[in-house]
Amino acid sequence: MTILNESIVKEVERRRERIKPFNERIARLRELTTQSIVKVSVERAKLLTEFYRDHIREGLSIPVQRALAFKYLMENVSLPVEPGQLIVGIRGTGVNEVPTYPEINLHTVDDLKILNEREIMPYKVTYEDIKIYEEEIIPFWKGRTIRDILFVNMSREWIDAYEAGIWTEFMEQRPPGHTAGGERIFKIGVLDIKKRIREKISQLDRKDPEYLEKLEELKAMDIVADAILIYAERYAKLLSDMAEKETDSERRRELKDMAEICRWVPANAPRTFWEALQHYWFIHVGITYETNPWDSFTPGRLDLWLYPFYKRDIDEGRLTREKAKELLACFFLKFNSQPAPPKVGVTHEESSTYNDFSKINIGGIREDGKCNVNELSYLILEVYDELRTLQPNFAVLVSEKTPDNFLIQALKVASAGFGEPPFFNHDGVIVKMLRQGKSLEDARLSGVSGCVESGAFGKEAYILTGYFNLPKILEITLNNGVDPRTGKKIGLETGKPDEFKNFEELWNAFLKQVKYFLDLKMEGNDIIEAIYAKYMPVPFLSLWIEDCVENCKDYNVGGARYNTQYIQMVGLGTVTDSLVAIKYHVFENKTFTMSDILNALGRNFEGYELMMELLRNPEKTPKYGNDDDYVDDLAVRIVKTLSELVESYPQSPTRKASKRVYWLPTTVHVYFGKVTGATPDGRRAGFPVSEGISPVQGMDRKGITATFNSVAKCDWDKTGGALLNVKLSPEIFEEENVKKLVQAIRSFFRLGGHHVQFNVISTEVLKEAQKRPKDFQDLMVRVAGYSDYFVKLPKALQDEIIARAEKKFI
Amino acid sequence: MIKGTIFNIQKFAIYDGPGLRTLIFMKGCPLRCLWCQNPEGLTLNPQLAYHDRICIHCHTCVKVCQLNVIKIEGDDTHIIDRGKCNMCRRCINVCPSGALSVIGREISVDDLIKEIERDMIYYDSSGGGVTFSGGEPLFQPQFLYESLKKCKELSIHTTIETSGYANQQIFKKISEKVDLFLYDVKIVDEELHKKYTGVSNRKILSNLRFLVMSGRGKDIIIRIPLIPTITDTDENIGNIMRLLLSLKDIEEVHLLPFHDVHEKYNYLGMTYRMPIHQQLKIERIKSIKEEFEKKGFYVSLWGVK
Repeated sequence: MTILNESIVKEVERRRERIKPFNERIARLRELTTQSIVKVSVERAKLLTEFYRDHIREGLSIPVQRALAFKYLMENVSLPVEPGQLIVGIRGTGVNEVPTYPEINLHTVDDLKILNEREIMPYKVTYEDIKIYEEEIIPFWKGRTIRDILFVNMSREWIDAYEAGIWTEFMEQRPPGHTAGGERIFKIGVLDIKKRIREKISQLDRKDPEYLEKLEELKAMDIVADAILIYAERYAKLLSDMAEKETDSERRRELKDMAEICRWVPANAPRTFWEALQHYWFIHVGITYETNPWDSFTPGRLDLWLYPFYKRDIDEGRLTREKAKELLACFFLKFNSQPAPPKVGVTHEESSTYNDFSKINIGGIREDGKCNVNELSYLILEVYDELRTLQPNFAVLVSEKTPDNFLIQALKVASAGFGEPPFFNHDGVIVKMLRQGKSLEDARLSGVSGCVESGAFGKEAYILTGYFNLPKILEITLNNGVDPRTGKKIGLETGKPDEFKNFEELWNAFLKQVKYFLDLKMEGNDIIEAIYAKYMPVPFLSLWIEDCVENCKDYNVGGARYNTQYIQMVGLGTVTDSLVAIKYHVFENKTFTMSDILNALGRNFEGYELMMELLRNPEKTPKYGNDDDYVDDLAVRIVKTLSELVESYPQSPTRKASKRVYWLPTTVHVYFGKVTGATPDGRRAGFPVSEGISPVQGMDRKGITATFNSVAKCDWDKTGGALLNVKLSPEIFEEENVKKLVQAIRSFFRLGGHHVQFNVISTEVLKEAQKRPKDFQDLMVRVAGYSDYFVKLPKALQDEIIARAEKKFI
Repeated sequence: MIKGTIFNIQKFAIYDGPGLRTLIFMKGCPLRCLWCQNPEGLTLNPQLAYHDRICIHCHTCVKVCQLNVIKIEGDDTHIIDRGKCNMCRRCINVCPSGALSVIGREISVDDLIKEIERDMIYYDSSGGGVTFSGGEPLFQPQFLYESLKKCKELSIHTTIETSGYANQQIFKKISEKVDLFLYDVKIVDEELHKKYTGVSNRKILSNLRFLVMSGRGKDIIIRIPLIPTITDTDENIGNIMRLLLSLKDIEEVHLLPFHDVHEKYNYLGMTYRMPIHQQLKIERIKSIKEEFEKKGFYVSLWGVK
């Protein structure tokens, strides 16, 4: 066997041997969630259609209609129970059976067929179900979906920019969500909320101009509260019946216990660790049945919220560490049984992901400002380490107060190379929250959800509106407003670039284009927010996010304590390197003229190969990510300018949301790359642009501290978060070295970094996996803010991951 | 302004002293060890390097060279006559792929310190610092001394990787600014030392004794290159062992197994004179390691703990 093969075998073994479900029950349940085929389940769509067609009374307000529809679902959906599970409730008809949301985005027959047939990430649909869609669901919802309403209301300019790939629109496929559960969930029951709703109704002032809206919303909230009680009660009854018939005495006792738990929660505040998990899970299922919200939902700071239950149960002898571990494993596997809902308008090539981005936070700071690392934090790490499933995702919150040992343990988990868990600067998140005007306590209880998004957990609607393609806007600037891909003029005429006399003229032109497109996007965002407020209230989610009940306002109308609207910037590396390449070679060293570069870009460097080599060579052209102030200063300027620009927009009229910036790409840098022509940093047309705030793939050559230093020069405290990917070779995780890595992370965060995640893998293995995907099915890698199966990623993304510079340490 | 010649600065080094470190590779060395693993550190003068694997064969270099240093022969092989080269750097400036480069650059103490200071926060958190390697850092004593002095003024931990080959006066002065010595002991027999490294080991051993005598034994880690049939002989290992045991306070030994690095020599147009190309058998490395451990030394390979 060659050395290469040996190292591959070793690595694959290293990964596989990390998966150790700690008992038979967990092993079986894990297998069920990882092996079950992902299917589309039409039950929800069918029930919803039935309800709106046959059961709706005239004259009901939209919130009440939506609430009754939710109740109808809770009364009628299937009640699957996985063999051996200790937590019940699934959104859908079974493990990996995913409902659709025709009121938001309506799948066509073609969509369903493609989802069924495509090789990458299929969603199987039966012929009968397609027929149901064709005959019942499509005819009823066609033209009435949120997606239809949204596009009808966008301007021509908006549509042009959208189609050119200047941005993506989050709200066209899924409704807001983008929030996390807070302590409220674990402290109160549905009956407590119902009591508060009645009080609020009795206190409503009839002279209040919003009286009617508030009343209707409170009514809707009360209906959905009843609905979840019905769902829990149905489960309680089912579990009792199952217990009667169960022959295994141990399982019979479990089923009886579970039935009892379902009779107590979510009606009442949980009293035990087990109840707390089941309580949250009912709410999670409810929220993900109500709509298909972005990033599904998450319990947020799980070790913080659960610790009192854990401590009390252990102290009083109700729980052992082992039992807690089993319950946590059961709980985590529930997340893995709910793949992301399938998109509409899909193509065969499009892969998307089954990951629905629910992110559990551990570590960080408590409400009183003290370190939150506790026994449960370690236990959660341990359970993840043994399970290694796609979902849920994790986040390690690092503070100055976090002990090194916790980070060492977390890095050991990360060393297996699955990409989880990523690390976040919690002190920095708190600074961000305080800057945005949150109270100190709310700031300390904050965390990160989705990919890297900071938010006040349980109290904030921080809604992501779309990715923004900076390299494409530079391309349009260099073409004086025209998109060279289509020849269409979609931007402003900001001047012929070969007439620019200095770099500042180019910069100003670029900034003008950015401002023009941001104006369009922001205008669209506010309209879309109004559409969701009017047509898609979410009373059930609103029960759990403070202060929706207190304000008698829906989450989508601005009921949350804090309201924010985010835009996600993409391509910092590509746009910085491109601008610097022009500054350095055209205006300063006069290596080329602007016309030379424009000609080369226009021809995708055909016939200009030497120029391309020079432009993409870090020895010849300064590159972001190498701790070189010449280029990093420009990155700093871009980040600062965009924060200021976005924050200069007025609050949204509907939710009174302030406008802010995230820097994260998920996988969109591949799509943005496809629609963007050659760029002055030597990137050919169609190749991915840089992701997050990471340097352009392969351009950071000075080691991880230089990358950290470059990144940390930018002021991330004025953003909501930014994503940095670093690829490491496995030896850095060896005993003594891992302590050094801990200090490197701590230093990066002291300097002002927000997030870092590690892909621990050798390029040889990835290349081999590309060649023999069948043998590497379980190879999970960090993509961008989440992990995914490598062989299921599109080729371009695979190539991109391989290209990320492998840091050398020896 | 004192200037020195270096050929690389490496950040985030984790194997050359405690914590996270910045590694400064200094150019120039008085020794000519047959097996030298860093040939780019041998001469003080900058050298023209050519990496054929990176080359895209655009021949731009040939066109710009006014002294006809570079010729293309046969199947596109670049033949470089370095004797004719006046280091005008024209070819390097135009080489788009970076296949042609200069190894070695002059840097002032202040500029070097600025570069070192960039990673200050990492040294502080990890108990790291700066390590001067080479080449032989003592080969540029004034530059090294001034750099070390500045580092100490900034409370940066200092390490040198050295052969110990220097006049005692110079060595003594510099040693006061060094916190940790990674000190090579290659061959104990003077004649063999001369044969394989080109110099006598008298200065080396006397500087080592001097350090130990002045109470710095605990600040020394001995590094032994394990070169098949040259340094790994039973006799030499035995000699080194006896030498170390006679010196008090030395506790730690790093073994550095040999690698064939002839490609590096090719890049620089230098001749690799090492007749042996196989690596040492892992069993042999292990048995040497055990021998040292039996005598109470703390031993690691390549400094990896």
